[in-house]
Amino acid sequence: MGNGTQLGRVRGLGAGGGAIVHHWWLQRVTAVASLFLVLWFVFSLARLPSLDYASTVMWLRQPLVAVPMCLLVVSVFWHFRLGVQVMLEDYLHGSKRVIALLALNFYTFALAALALFSVLKVALSAG
Amino acid sequence: MASRPTGPLPRPLSPHLSIWKWRVHMAVSIVHRVTGHALAFGAVVIFAWWLAALASGPTYYRLFQDIVFSPLGVIVGFGLTWAMFQHMGSGIRHFIMDSGEGFDLATSRRMAQATFVFAMLATLAFWAFVLLGGSY
Repeated sequence: MGNGTQLGRVRGLGAGGGAIVHHWWLQRVTAVASLFLVLWFVFSLARLPSLDYASTVMWLRQPLVAVPMCLLVVSVFWHFRLGVQVMLEDYLHGSKRVIALLALNFYTFALAALALFSVLKVALSAG
Repeated sequence: MASRPTGPLPRPLSPHLSIWKWRVHMAVSIVHRVTGHALAFGAVVIFAWWLAALASGPTYYRLFQDIVFSPLGVIVGFGLTWAMFQHMGSGIRHFIMDSGEGFDLATSRRMAQATFVFAMLATLAFWAFVLLGGSY
């Protein structure tokens, strides 16, 4: 095995052809976004006067709550999908890895769809 | 006559958890991954369930609240809140180290210790606020 072509070495992207740098970078982007969004979520939750159904629905219905909540779902779910992928690639090999990565994608998208649909249903329903 | 191995020889393994002396830098790194996965498969499910319960109406939401604010639910919630603050703290440590700072031994050790202290204090403060405030 050689050390790759000279052009390839100058580019310095390795065997992943940039996909690994992209993964690493997106993990950081979603980490920064999640940090702010989760802090917002935790402080908002703690400051709510009541967590009963009526007041929580009234709270979630506001545009400046529903939109950050949707962004939080996208950012956090994307972030954990990348993180779990790294763990699976560390510990699983061959067909087990393929199946686990497939299951991870299904899990992430199914739960994200449920969360986003629920926010929109509450935010857009009349009353 | 020397016995010959019948199968392939076991390949040498790279040193793993069992061989290193435990230090706080190593603990914080492992805990970062463990808490991340506890959040991905625990907190995220409860979060999505909470939103789905809100969208499903008051009766279903009542059921959600009864389960989450049961004694067992509060213990799980406390653990997941700690996992969230711990992952947040060690994540900020990652940002600092990504920028190339904090690699000397003393700073590295102090930062690792600080993530544990921060997570404990933040968790206690959050739950004291929620439970004493009576907002549930």
